Amino acid sequence: MASRPLTLYEKIWAAHVVERRDDGTCLLYIDRHLVHEVTSPQAFAGLRAAGRKVRRPDLTLAVPDHNLPTSARVDAAGRLLPVADAESAAQLDALRRNTADFGIDYIDAAAPEQGIVHVVGPEQGFTLPGTTLVCGDSHTSAHGALGALAFGIGTSEVEHVLATQTLLLTPSKTMEVRVDGTLGFGVSAKDVILAIIGKIGAAGGTGHVIEYTGEVIRALSIEGRLTIANMSIEGGARAGLVAPDETTFAYVAGRPMAPKGADWAQAVDWWRTLGTDPAAAFDKRVMLDATHIAPTLTWGTSPEDVVPITGHVPDPESFADPAKRAAARKSLDYMGLSAGTAMQDVGVDYVFIGSCTNSRIEDLRAAARVAADRHVANGVRALVVPGSGLVKRQAEAEGLDRVFIDAGFEWREPGCSMCLAMNPDKVPPGARCASTSNRNFVGRQGPGARTHLVSPAMAAAAAITGRLTDVRELIGGGVS
Amino acid sequence: MEPVIRVEGGAYPWGVANVDTDVIIPAHWLKTVTRNGLGKRAFETVRAVPGNIFDDPRHTGSPILIAGDNFGCGSSREHAAWALADMGIKAVIAPGFSDIFSGNAFKNGIVTVVLPQAAVDRLLEVAATDPITIDLETMHVTTAFQDRFGFALDPFRRACLMQGLDEIGLTLARDAQISKYEAGVAEHRPWLHREMVNAGTVVESTWRA
Ligand code: SF4
Repeated sequence: MASRPLTLYEKIWAAHVVERRDDGTCLLYIDRHLVHEVTSPQAFAGLRAAGRKVRRPDLTLAVPDHNLPTSARVDAAGRLLPVADAESAAQLDALRRNTADFGIDYIDAAAPEQGIVHVVGPEQGFTLPGTTLVCGDSHTSAHGALGALAFGIGTSEVEHVLATQTLLLTPSKTMEVRVDGTLGFGVSAKDVILAIIGKIGAAGGTGHVIEYTGEVIRALSIEGRLTIANMSIEGGARAGLVAPDETTFAYVAGRPMAPKGADWAQAVDWWRTLGTDPAAAFDKRVMLDATHIAPTLTWGTSPEDVVPITGHVPDPESFADPAKRAAARKSLDYMGLSAGTAMQDVGVDYVFIGSCTNSRIEDLRAAARVAADRHVANGVRALVVPGSGLVKRQAEAEGLDRVFIDAGFEWREPGCSMCLAMNPDKVPPGARCASTSNRNFVGRQGPGARTHLVSPAMAAAAAITGRLTDVRELIGGGVS
Repeated sequence: MEPVIRVEGGAYPWGVANVDTDVIIPAHWLKTVTRNGLGKRAFETVRAVPGNIFDDPRHTGSPILIAGDNFGCGSSREHAAWALADMGIKAVIAPGFSDIFSGNAFKNGIVTVVLPQAAVDRLLEVAATDPITIDLETMHVTTAFQDRFGFALDPFRRACLMQGLDEIGLTLARDAQISKYEAGVAEHRPWLHREMVNAGTVVESTWRA
């Protein structure tokens, strides 16, 4: 009997079932566990209280990111500078102590490999195709870009994985998001994922794991795929996947923690079998033609509130659903926008280029292309925060730091930075920020802060003109 | 975890409905590194009012909380369960709970007892002066006045609570199966093995390269 055609998700799931219960719940093996300072202290405390060990320290990697200030990390003598906020410092110290006590690989704040967990994992080759990967952070979905089944977990689950290297889970439904066509000039992966979320809605993927398919996804670099998979959670899906292909193998090959030699050959052989079978069925399918996607941004306080840069602030009264109408009115009030305003007439005070969505080398290159030989508008504070120390060094080797600094951007140390208001990089109340991050929730970048989610090129364009801007006007051309 | 067979003692006769996790533990207390110590911060806004039930010497330290319907709604923060556990609460009785909260409570050894509003009202009356007993063996809540209210619990959760098995303990009991799975992986997908870089050594505060 021929076996039933399976999706990528089903294949990875099946390869990780330790035990299946009668009710369909599975004890699933976890291949890779990323740990950061915010969601882990109570998990380690739980292990200590119960006298338990970490089952597989070798499958665990810890790195601080959320709380770390993005100012200089070490003094002239190379000594680590103290973190001023006492509670942040305590969380950072706890991670250092816990990883030492439990024998876990730990990347220190001042190490060049330090960065945002979701940048570090793929960059170090810790994230591999066909693996199950978890982290106490919802944007763990990013790692799905390499064909890993990756999702965020809560603190009790972090403890469960540390102690048992497994999780008790029920399978999700599957959803295909197919993006065909060709990307227009000035349009990037960020615009594609914003358009997808605009189409399916912020709850459109609830209960599902998305697989991104189609020629546009295939043509994207791993950096671009990471941007897309990263925001799966903003579309309600717990995880997002891209089938591993030659682009994936080329990216993973030779990374410090990636398999080597005979292991590598054997791994690639297996990874090649993982793609969704042609006859496999998804529970839900959505198609998009990327040819019609313009540079896209958000106008409201949900990632589904998207509009092309050439568009206008929508009129709440135009929404048919009364709940949406009320939400839109509230959003516009919070955002300080009025219906009908052209998006390009909206001025910005802050620009943030960074976060696990858009802080990799390609993102910085795209932003630098726009910033080159120009200057940040008066009154705008613009930050560029590389996703890791290695991205920072690469950018510096390419001279991108000079481009940004000469243009009046701040060039900072890696971390989550202004993506969330947990470290000193915050947007002040009432200020407006064009941000390459992934969440435009109320208060996300600071109490009262107003966020417009954009691509790196669009963020750089906004910094230069001081208003939300169609980047295509700055880089010339119209059609590619 | 400690096995829970009976929870016996005083109860906070509170009875308030729709208590959300922000009321149980406000967001500004989440930047903490332990599960402990949150008890002091629990119900901060309620306790700001003089004469509140939590600071009433007749009730302080009670192992049971009697609340209204939909207890624990709002955000999924596990800190809410940690805060209750830290203030010594071992069981909450209410007409209904948010799903996420009862899951989190269970993971932290707190029994959530669902009873009809009329039974809850009667227990609120009793708890003003007298203790209450929750028995997981008989699945009844009783008082010294012949009150006897039956309740139900998910059989899996009940077994875990009574045997003091937390989910981690239960999974650890599957060690043989997990080890067998690992042996299979070592054979068929050996590349998943990873050399450790600096396990257990704190990389001192210097640039490594
Ligand atoms: S960059 Fe933002 S979204 Fe990403 S892990 Fe950090 S805080 Fe979370």
